[in-house]
Amino acid sequence: MSAMLAAQDLSISFGGIHAVREVSLAVQPGELLGLIGPNGAGKTTLLRLLTGVLRPDRGRVIFEGQDVTRLPLHRRAQLGFVHTHQIVRPFREMTLAENVMTAAEPQLGRRPWSAIMRVDANPARRRALELLHRLGILDAADKPAHSVPLGYLKRLQVARALALSPRLLLLDEPLAGLNYSEATRLADQIVELNKEGLTILLVEHNLGEITRVASRLVVLHNGATLAEGQPTEVMSRMAVRNAYLGVDADAAPAAALADA
Amino acid sequence: MDYYISVATFAALNVTLALGLNLISGFCGQVSLGHAAFYGLGAYAAALLSVAGLPFVGSLAAGVLVAGLAGALVGFAALRVREDFLAIVTMGVGFLFLGVVRKQSWLGAEMGISNIPSPLEKGGYAMLAIGVAIVMLAISLHVRRSWMGRAFSAVAQDEDAARSLGINVPGFKIAAFFIGTAAAGLAGGIYAHMTQLIVPDAFNFVQSITILAMVVIGGIGSSFGVVAGAILLTLIPEMFRFINDYKLLVYGGLLLLVMRFSPEGLAGIGRSLARRWGLR
Repeated sequence: MSAMLAAQDLSISFGGIHAVREVSLAVQPGELLGLIGPNGAGKTTLLRLLTGVLRPDRGRVIFEGQDVTRLPLHRRAQLGFVHTHQIVRPFREMTLAENVMTAAEPQLGRRPWSAIMRVDANPARRRALELLHRLGILDAADKPAHSVPLGYLKRLQVARALALSPRLLLLDEPLAGLNYSEATRLADQIVELNKEGLTILLVEHNLGEITRVASRLVVLHNGATLAEGQPTEVMSRMAVRNAYLGVDADAAPAAALADA
Repeated sequence: MDYYISVATFAALNVTLALGLNLISGFCGQVSLGHAAFYGLGAYAAALLSVAGLPFVGSLAAGVLVAGLAGALVGFAALRVREDFLAIVTMGVGFLFLGVVRKQSWLGAEMGISNIPSPLEKGGYAMLAIGVAIVMLAISLHVRRSWMGRAFSAVAQDEDAARSLGINVPGFKIAAFFIGTAAAGLAGGIYAHMTQLIVPDAFNFVQSITILAMVVIGGIGSSFGVVAGAILLTLIPEMFRFINDYKLLVYGGLLLLVMRFSPEGLAGIGRSLARRWGLR
């Protein structure tokens, strides 16, 4: 089975610091892959490389057999590779429904000259309300985004991303900042989306939830892949625990020294 | 009578200029401090061609095209720089335009271009300018309702979020600059033929700031507000001749008042009055 998204030997350094070193990663169609790692492990940088915010020094990003390494952000989104931001970024002056509608007609977002010809927003609004209902935030559909709490905005981000009909959804810490029950609920909704066939790459700090919902786990440490496999098994490994506890007595720092 | 006709014509030209800038800055969120340069580009292109013998309509169309294409070019710059840096770049475009026309003898240098053929009567220019302003208002209102308006506000509110939703941010920025500056070019062409004489100073930085003041005082983003702002700022110096020398001072003062008491400009005041009357 060929991977839906494949990162091949991605590397990038910032002024001598190797933020990501030869990381390879494959997201298989239909899976819910979890990506974790302690602070400073290079998760965010890896994500930026995958989504196209940063260009790698070396390595390639392949999405559904197509090399997208040099493709700008909005082109990747149009291909069906959609991501949400770690910090919620709603269009603050728009209502929640308008936020989702903005994403609901991707072909109009691509061509300004056809966008100026279209006024009818009813199909997009119907779809937006459907998605808001699905995420359980329909009650705030006509409230401006700056007036609703974080729990709503976190779910709004997912609804907005779904409006693009993605084939691969990359969620960057969707549970951060949510309370226990909100986090559990959103995590369940993510699992549900995955069961319906959506491939998801989930980056999370909430280890409890990610171990519960992910079908496979990749652990990043010091810019390199530390472990990979079945979630509970991976979490029980000594190297992973040490990485999280900051006990740097083993392989990782040795490799860093060898690099220098 | 002639006087009122020419004031009405200038008001209409200013409405067109302000609506064009509002499309760029109000709808799409791209700051521009050099809008007068595109007004000037349209005026100079149309004037030169008319003097060379091209018919009126052809010269106007050329002015629109030259200004619009130059605007699209600045739109490309807006892909690289944002906000305050874009403000400086567009200001630079304004000074660059002035610097070039002031020094080039084929552009008339400091003397400008005179003896521009004038095919219409005063009343004709007024009708034309008012017609263009109405069409520009219709375009503004339409763009706001269309998907282009939706995409513009997404770009204005959060460019990166818009990008990750697959919105072609560069395309929309360039489109905004093209439409807004093309409108300025048309206003310039009409102005040149009406006055039959253009000099570089008519398109200087003060003019750019005046257009911006019309947009901000009218209510940035609101088409009707901007129309009101443009008309008001055209009439004030006419009604109170003595303030003409202190025009900038008055505009500056008005800007401060708006920023302090009604950041949404005249449109915001209108909305809150409507709300109050609606309650009664």
